[in-house]
Amino acid sequence: MIEVKNLHKSFDGEEILKGVDFVFETGKTNLIIGQSGSGKSVLLKCMLGLFMPEEGTIEYDGKAYSTFTDEEQRDLRKEVGMLFQGGALFDSMTVEENVMFPLRMFTKQRKRELKSRVAEVLERVNLNGSENKYPSEISGGMQKRVAIARAVVNKPKYLFCDEPNSGLDPTTATVIDNLIQEITRENDMTTVIITHDMNSVLEIGENIAFLKDGVLAWKGDKDQIFKTDDKTVTDFVYSSDLFKKVRDAQLSGH
Amino acid sequence: MSYVYSIGEYFLMIKGVFGRMTKRSVLKELIFKEINELIMGSLGIVAFISFFIGGVVAIQTALNLNNPLIPKSLIAFAARQSIILEFAPTFISIIMAGKVGSFITSSIGSMRVTEQIDALEVMGINSLNYLVFPKIIAMLTYPFVIAIAMFLGIMGAYAAAVLGGFVGSDVFLAGLQDNFEGFHIIYAFIKTFIFAMILATIPAYHGYYMKGGALEVGHASTTAFVWTSVVIIITNYVITQLLLS
Repeated sequence: MIEVKNLHKSFDGEEILKGVDFVFETGKTNLIIGQSGSGKSVLLKCMLGLFMPEEGTIEYDGKAYSTFTDEEQRDLRKEVGMLFQGGALFDSMTVEENVMFPLRMFTKQRKRELKSRVAEVLERVNLNGSENKYPSEISGGMQKRVAIARAVVNKPKYLFCDEPNSGLDPTTATVIDNLIQEITRENDMTTVIITHDMNSVLEIGENIAFLKDGVLAWKGDKDQIFKTDDKTVTDFVYSSDLFKKVRDAQLSGH
Repeated sequence: MSYVYSIGEYFLMIKGVFGRMTKRSVLKELIFKEINELIMGSLGIVAFISFFIGGVVAIQTALNLNNPLIPKSLIAFAARQSIILEFAPTFISIIMAGKVGSFITSSIGSMRVTEQIDALEVMGINSLNYLVFPKIIAMLTYPFVIAIAMFLGIMGAYAAAVLGGFVGSDVFLAGLQDNFEGFHIIYAFIKTFIFAMILATIPAYHGYYMKGGALEVGHASTTAFVWTSVVIIITNYVITQLLLS
């Protein structure tokens, strides 16, 4: 579980996060949604330790990050998996080498054990047979799956995903969403996902934080978000004609 | 003011490079990979340029020796001095700033643009150590490249002078040994070692701290080449003043 309490972060005098409080629950896909510039990425980077907040705390399983020693911070990073928006796969490495990378860096396993674990994870993301391909030789959806495999190969306690299905077609995006949700449940991880995609909210929104102008404007789950009357949320959710039609159909009983 | 900021940032980067070390077995592999890419990959162009420039130096000297009182062995002497003192260490380093420097900036810059450096940091890896340290260690073998450039430059001079009929082989070899000072070799290799550190770190700085997208990677490579060349030229002047004056 990750708990964010009264988080404030500014850049060049402009306050981006204005006292955010939220609990990211273990075993669930926790979504951070909101318009561009609402502070989603800054919140994620604060949780990753890439930005230091001016005020407030981030607690990992009840312990504040600010009280961690350097050694504890390094240990925490080994328990974090990150799925970047573009995948951030290492171009000069094959799929197998990419997935093996965190294991090689942080474990003392033999090559055979490493290969076995990588094969297991690649099978889990349906990428057997792609071990020797380079990232440039596979599709965007496959790259995302390799990135998921690399993020979870170390069996992390926390998984962070920055817009995991951006640039993907709707079918592949759904596959990626469901894969993240399944892996979260299987490994009992705390998964935090930044997304703009309302399809993702519908599919995997188990615990949602809606940010607006650096403030937590609403929280709930995927069922509640479509029933809320909160205008701030409805303006965002129903900005898409598709969702307006879905809502109208629900209201008219079709 | 921004130059002062950049200089400070550069030295902080150097400090970061020698911070938390990457796992030894991984580093060993990276160092060999960098030696292959930065050093071995440059041998062809260095050999080609050295041989022909050595030849040109010999021909130019021969064509300008019109006074019968000046011995022909001066062709070899002039070629040796210019190749060992300046051409091999400095001229080749400027060429390497274009070849190796651009490669270092663009490879690290591309990693920055595609969030690969962020991925390393999130994993708890010291990205500066992982990316720049192996390049610095690989560049420690750069003096071997310059030694090859010196040898091939003199061979080129010999071929052009002797085969071109400007001077006999015996006279050329005598001139080559004339007034030889061992310290000139030491001076050349001290310069080379410092240039190697400049070649590894300034392009790395421009790649690591670049901002923007693919277009900016190209811009950073060009800037890195310019600044690496400028620093090499200034350092060359300072070292020459200190060691040979």
